[in-house]
Amino acid sequence: MNAVSTQSNYSAFSVYVTEAKFEFIRMLRMPMFALPALVFPAMFYLLFGVLMGKGKPEVSAYLLATYCIFGVMGPGLFGFGVSVALEKDQGWLKWRRAVPALPGAYFVSKMTMALIFAFIIFVELAVLAGTFGGVDLNVLQWSQLMVISMLSALPFCALGLVIGILVNGQAAPAIVNFIYLPMAFLSGLWLPINLLPKFLGALAPIWPSYHASQIALKVIGDDLGTPIWVHISYLAVFTLGMLWLAMTLWSRMKVK
Amino acid sequence: MCDLQNTTTTLARLENVSKRYGNVTALNGLSLSVNAGEILALLGPNGAGKTTAVSLLLNLVEADTGKVSLFNQDPHELSARQRIGVMLQSAALPETLRVSELITLTQSYYRFPRDLTEIAEMAAIVDLLQRPYGKLSGGQQRRVQFAMAICARVDILFLDEPTVGLDIEAREAMWASLRKLVAQGCAIVLTTHYLEEAEALANRVMVIAQGSVIAEGTVESLRSRVALRKIRCVSRLNIADIKHWPHIESVGHDGQYLTIQTTDAESVSRRLLAEDPALEQLEIKRAGLAEAFIELTKEQVS
Repeated sequence: MNAVSTQSNYSAFSVYVTEAKFEFIRMLRMPMFALPALVFPAMFYLLFGVLMGKGKPEVSAYLLATYCIFGVMGPGLFGFGVSVALEKDQGWLKWRRAVPALPGAYFVSKMTMALIFAFIIFVELAVLAGTFGGVDLNVLQWSQLMVISMLSALPFCALGLVIGILVNGQAAPAIVNFIYLPMAFLSGLWLPINLLPKFLGALAPIWPSYHASQIALKVIGDDLGTPIWVHISYLAVFTLGMLWLAMTLWSRMKVK
Repeated sequence: MCDLQNTTTTLARLENVSKRYGNVTALNGLSLSVNAGEILALLGPNGAGKTTAVSLLLNLVEADTGKVSLFNQDPHELSARQRIGVMLQSAALPETLRVSELITLTQSYYRFPRDLTEIAEMAAIVDLLQRPYGKLSGGQQRRVQFAMAICARVDILFLDEPTVGLDIEAREAMWASLRKLVAQGCAIVLTTHYLEEAEALANRVMVIAQGSVIAEGTVESLRSRVALRKIRCVSRLNIADIKHWPHIESVGHDGQYLTIQTTDAESVSRRLLAEDPALEQLEIKRAGLAEAFIELTKEQVS
C-alpha cells in the first residue's frame, strides 16, 4: 500500500525523546506555568533567604535547602495536575488515543519536563545562594543538593497526576494551589518547623514535602535528626501509592 | 478516478455493533466496512451516530456488542493505528506549539512520515508553519488538524466533519487534496452532514440515522432520493387512489393534512388541484436530506 515510503526512522525511543522535547518547549512558552515555576522560588528566596537573612549564611543555607524543595514541587504538581486535568477535558488525550501515540510517552514526557524545570530552579537558587547569600558548600554538597532536589520532584509528579485525573480543568489550578502552598508552609519550607505552632509542627511528618526537605537539610547538617531511611521510605511509599491510585483511576477516567 | 473493481479489500469493519450511553442508544446493530482506496461518506443528522461509529474504529469508544476490526486487528493495537490518519471533530491541541512542531510531533508516531513541504502544500498551511497554534483562527486550526492527519503515508484517513468552519475556497482546496490522496491509494472515511461534500467526493455513501444505516449506495442513487419533494395540503381525496398516480413515492396523513412524497411535484399538484376544487393550504417543500431519511426510517419501521 505504501508504495512511496520514505526511510523510516521510527523507534519508541525517538518517540519518547520527541514527546519530551515538545512537552518542555510547550510548557516553557506558557507564562501561566513557567513564570511562577521559574521566578517565584528564586524571588522568594532572594527576599526571605538572602535579603532578610542578611549576614547570616546559616539562614541562607537553611532556606536554600527548603526553597529547593518548594521550587521543585511546582513543576510536578502543576505540570501534571493542571495539564492532565485540561488535556482530558479538552480533547488532547482523546486525540492521542486515536493516533498511534505511545501511552507511556505521555507520562514520561511530563516527568522529564518537571525534572528539567527542577534542575533550572535548583541552579537559580544555587547561584543566588552562592553569590548573594554567602552560602559556602563543597562540590559534594552542591551535587547532593542537586540530586535530592531533582528526585524530590517525582513524588509531586505522582500527586499531581492523581489530582489531574480527579479534578476538571477549570478547578485544577485553584485546587493545586490549595494543596501546594499550605503543604509547603506546614512542612517548614518557609519557616523552620520549630517556629510553627506546636501542633502544626507535630503534624509536619504527614507531608511528603517535609520528608524531602529533611533529606535536603541533612546535606547542610541542619535537619531534625530523623534517620534518612525513614524519609526515603516515606517518599517511596507515597510515590508508589500515588502511582497505584493514578493507574486505578486512569482506566476509569472520562476523557472528553 | 478510483477503480472499485480492483479495490475490494476490506480494511476496516464494524459488524452488528451496538453502543449505549446510559439510556441513549447511539448505535443499534450497525454494520459498516471500509474498502481500500474508496471514499466512504457517513452522512446523517447531528446525533445520528456517525461520530460514535468512527470512534469505535479509532480506539475511543468500546462497543457493547458486535465486532470492531481495523486491519483485522483490535483498534487498540498500535500497529493498526499506525496505518490511519485522524482528524477529530473537536480537539484542543497544545496552543504554544508552532504548527511545524505539532506536525513533527505527530509524524514521530508513524513509520512512514510524509515530507513536511508536501504536507504544508496539501493542507494549505505553508504560511502558517511558524505560527503558534493558539494564535490561529478556527478555520486555520482546522487546516492544521488536517495536516496532522495527513502527516504520514497511511491506508485510511478518518475525517470527522473536516470542512466545518472552513470557507468555500479552503473547503474546495481540501477536497482537491483528498482526491489526490485517494489517487495515491489511500481510503478515506468522511463523516459529514453536508450533502454537497458527499456528492463532491464519495464513491459510496452510508446514511445513518438513530444509530442504524438506513440507506447505502452510490451518490447518484442517493441524489435521486433527495430529489423527492413533499406536498402537503388539506384535501378530501382518497389516499388509496393517489397511490396509483404516476411519480408518487409515498402518501400519508399528518393530522388533518394529506402528505405526498413525489419525484414530480408540478404534475402531481396540478392533478390534485384539478381533482379536488376544495383543496386548501397547498405547500410544496424540498425534502431536506435529514428529513428525507428520517421519513425512510419511519417507513422501514411501519
